[in-house]
Formats: sequence, C-alpha cells, structure tokens
Amino acid sequence: MSAPATKTSADPAVSGERRGSRRRRRKTIAGTTLWFWVFVGPFVVGLLVFSYLPIIWSLVLSFFEAYNTATPSKFVGLRNYVDMLTDHNFLSSLGTFTIFAVFIVPLTFVLALALALLVNQVKIARAFFRSVFFLPTACSYVVASLIWKLSIFNGVRFGLANTVLGWFGIDNIAWLSTVDPPWYWIPLVTVRLWLQLGFYMILFIAGLQRISPTLYEAAYVDGAKPGWQVFRYITLPQLRATSVAVLILNLIAAYQAFDEFYNLVGNVNYARPPLVYLYGISLGSIQDLGHGSAGALILAVIIMLVTLLQNRIFGFGKAGD
Amino acid sequence: MAVSERTTGTPQPIGFSRSTWGRVALVLRWIALLIAVVLFLIPFYLILRNALATEQDITAPDWTLFPSHLQWSNISELFNDTTVPMARAMYNSAVVAILGTGGQLLLASMAGYGLARIPYRHADKIFYAIVATLMIPGAVTFIPSFIVVSSFGWVSSLRGLIIPTLFSGFAAFLFRQYFLGFPRELEEAARVDGAGYFGVFWRIVVPNSLPFFAALAAITFIGNWNSFLWPLVIGQDSSSWTIQVAMSTFITAQTINIHELFMAVAVSILPLVLIFAFLQRYLIQGVTQSGIKD
Repeated sequence: MSAPATKTSADPAVSGERRGSRRRRRKTIAGTTLWFWVFVGPFVVGLLVFSYLPIIWSLVLSFFEAYNTATPSKFVGLRNYVDMLTDHNFLSSLGTFTIFAVFIVPLTFVLALALALLVNQVKIARAFFRSVFFLPTACSYVVASLIWKLSIFNGVRFGLANTVLGWFGIDNIAWLSTVDPPWYWIPLVTVRLWLQLGFYMILFIAGLQRISPTLYEAAYVDGAKPGWQVFRYITLPQLRATSVAVLILNLIAAYQAFDEFYNLVGNVNYARPPLVYLYGISLGSIQDLGHGSAGALILAVIIMLVTLLQNRIFGFGKAGD
Repeated sequence: MAVSERTTGTPQPIGFSRSTWGRVALVLRWIALLIAVVLFLIPFYLILRNALATEQDITAPDWTLFPSHLQWSNISELFNDTTVPMARAMYNSAVVAILGTGGQLLLASMAGYGLARIPYRHADKIFYAIVATLMIPGAVTFIPSFIVVSSFGWVSSLRGLIIPTLFSGFAAFLFRQYFLGFPRELEEAARVDGAGYFGVFWRIVVPNSLPFFAALAAITFIGNWNSFLWPLVIGQDSSSWTIQVAMSTFITAQTINIHELFMAVAVSILPLVLIFAFLQRYLIQGVTQSGIKD
C-alpha cells in the first residue's frame, strides 16, 4: 500500500501527491485529460449502462405495472411496495433466509477457523491438507447440488447417506422433501459448508500467519497455558480484522443464497430464499417486473442495512488489517 | 520443555507440550484433521465413481466402492447424446469464461491505472461513483440488469451473457489500489525515453504486474465458469445454455442417465482442477488480497 516516496510528496496524503505529479506531467505529456478518458472512459460507460441504468430503470419500474414488459405503462404509486411488504410468501422467504443465516454464519465461522488452526499447526504435508479443503472452491453450486441431490441425499436406498444409515439399521430418509422434522436443512447447510469452508479457511490462515511469533513467546514467558488460554487471549484478538471480514462476507453471501436452493429443492414454500421467490415472480410464467423490481430494491436495502449494522457492532476498521 | 518447539519459528496457535494431555490433544487433532479430509474428498470420489459406472452400478441396492469395470465410453456417450447439448454448453462456458475474464481485467486494469496515475480534475468523483456500486449487493441486481439487457434484445445470446458482467467496480478498485503502490521510478524511466501513458502502461506496468493479474484472473475465471444465476436468467434458449445451466436443467428433467450427468460434472470441473493444480499460489494470493469469490 505504501506509495514510493517521491521528491514532491514527503507527505503521503493523496491530494498533495497528485498535485505535485500533475505539475510535473503537464510539461511532458500532452492531452492528459484525453488520456484519462481513454483509460477510464470505456469502463465508466459500461458501468453507467450496466450498473446505474438498471438500478434507475428498476426504481422507475417499481412504481408501475409491468407485466411481460420492461416499459413502464400504468403508474401505480407505492402499490408494488405495499403488495410485497404484505405478501405472505415474500415475508416467509425473508424468514427462511434468516433461519438459514442463523445456522450457516456461526457454523461457517467456527468450522473455518478450526480448519485453519488444524492446518496451520500441521508440520508435514501442510500444502496437501490446505489443498484438500480449498479444492471444493473450484466446484460450482450446481455441481455440488447435483452430487448432493443425486448421490448423497437422494432419499432412496442407493444414496450414500441412506446407505450409511442402513448399516446402523435406520430406515431411508427422504432428505429433501421431509418437512417434519425439517431434514432438508441438512443437505442445504452441508452443501454450502463444503463449498465455502476452504475459502474462509484461507482467509483465516492468512490472518494467523500475520500474527507475530513474538506474541506467543511473550505469552509463554508470562506463563500463559498453551491451548485455550493462548488461543483466547492472543490468537482470537489478533484475528479480529479477519473475523469481521469473514462474518460480513458470509452474511452477505447467505442473504443472496440462490443456487443450491434452486437446484436442491426448487421453488417450494418451506425453503425458499428471497432471491428464488423474486426469480419466480419476475422471470416465471408471468414476468411481473414491477413487483420484482420493488422486491429486489427492498431486499437490497435490507442487505445494506444489515451490513451497516454489523459494521457498527463489530467496529469495522478499528483493528488494523 | 516446550521451548524447543518454538525454535522452528512457526507460530503455534495451540501450544504444544509434552505432557500426557498434550499428546492426547495432538492425537485428537490429527484424528479431526483426517476425518475432515475424508469428508471433504467424498464428493470428488462420488464424481469419479458415478462418472465411470453403469446405471446398474449406481442404482444397485448394495454400495459398490468402485465400478468393477470402468466405463470410459461414458465420455463419448455424453457428447454423442443428441438430446443433451453438452458440447455446445461447454463451448458457451469456455467463451463466457475466457472473454469475460479477459475483458473484465482489461477494462478494470486500464480504469484502475487511469485513476491511480493520470491526473484529472474530476478523478475523485469518478472514483466515488465506482466505489458506490460496491454497496449494492450483487445478486439483487439480476432483475434490473435483465430489464436493461432484454430491452437491448440480448436475451439468449453470448453478448447478453458476457458484456453486462465485464464492468466490475470491485476489480477496478483493486487495480487502483495496486497501481498506487506500483514503483513510480520504473514509470519515470520509461517516460524519459519518450513513452506516453499508453506505452508506459503496456510496456512497463503490465509486464511487471503479472502476478497480480494472474491472481485476479484465476478468481475471475472460476467465478465466471461457475456462475449460475445470470446465465440462468439470460439463457432461455438451450443454444445459449452454459454448462452450469445445462447441468441444472438435467438435475430435475430426468431425461438423462445419472452416469452421463456425473460424466458432465467431471468434464466441467476439469479446467478448474487444472487451474488449482498449476495456479494455486496465485489463487490463494487472489483470495487473500480481495476476499471475494462470487
């Protein structure tokens, strides 16, 4: 991050450095502004067309009736928003995702940290172990859902989960369609754990390796017991920045769950995250883009609010990264 | 006692001691590690087993650890099956992943360099406009983006799959931060030799930043290859399916054999396994630098 010091900018403040360099460059390079737009222009145009325009268009459309069309026709005011906020299915999908987040975020955090600690202290074949846990990151949610649905939790005799249970004399379980008890959460949670634990483990390993060994030496000299005490008072506080990043990334990802739900259970009312529901109403048999836009914007606002709240609670940026 | 452990210089998050309890803990940790390894490898084992089996092997009431006779012919069966457009889907995925990655890196690196190095009065405002897009949760934008892309008439086309994904505010942000830390002396030297911004960027900056490019390329390629929601939204016609959309369709369609589907999985993860085998260093760098995947 540290920009190399130049003669004109002993102070690393960005503005000072810029001013200095601009003075120098004006003499040497003609058409600086033109070059700026050659470099930045294509990207900015694309961002306007494919990020800003969609959001503005969607915002406009959310105040209109728009069935099977992306052109606003009949103005309905806030009705789409009122409809969505009183729509039982939309609200229950928000509830579903909350339950999902409550399961998946702490589980991912604890297990990823545990894997990182295990791998980090191994002295032989550490690269092998790291690779094994990281490798599932190469698989898509579709691939993992396919394995989970057709080979592990397929609910019939030749599925792996039921085969293993069969060795203990337990009857077949229809994993993905049993609502009481809600067995479907087991495939839904494990598939995500398998796919993303390695990714968060890598973040934790990087965090662990940034901890100075002298801290552990000092703790040893001070008589801290190896194990829990050292972990609690040295490792965990030192991982603060990484932990906050992992929690936030993880929660945002949970809010946007789509792929594995869509592929494992489809558009069913008992396990439907908000995105699957919005996909259904805006791109299903009737393309209701007015309600879809309103729902997408509501969801976006919720995610931003939760992220900000979480930043506040954990004091993002307090601990230096 | 434990001091000898410290001489290796590696930090010991959970300290070792030679006491009985320390030994038990060590054994327990190894057991936990090995169980985790087995659990993480099971899905890969299932891919190989089912991809090389006959349908009878897979649906047999008793578990066969591995098919007695490996069915390599499943590969040709998959690609010759006219009801399943797998070859086409694989081609689409390759085009999307390669052009998508190349295009995204080209646009974002040039934008990042311009913002970091070319003085312009309103550069700050443009930078903030780019960073603002990072606030918007990515997946929520599929409906707005669909509205725009469908009015361009780009549904069910490769253009619709690729072009809207090229403008990553996050990649531009990462490149800007990276180029701010690039040694100015190298650029100044080239400038003395008469090179302009364009020449400096392509002849000096890019060739000296290849590890950074490789790290972002590896992550972006994997993300593009595995991307599902946007290709599902855009690929409404089977000719524009990517491999992910094709596999997803056949999970529920029941029109394909299980062994064929698992062969499709095996083929579809092959490029990524190769990236993992040869570029893992860059991949891990990319993950830790950016903290992104999707």
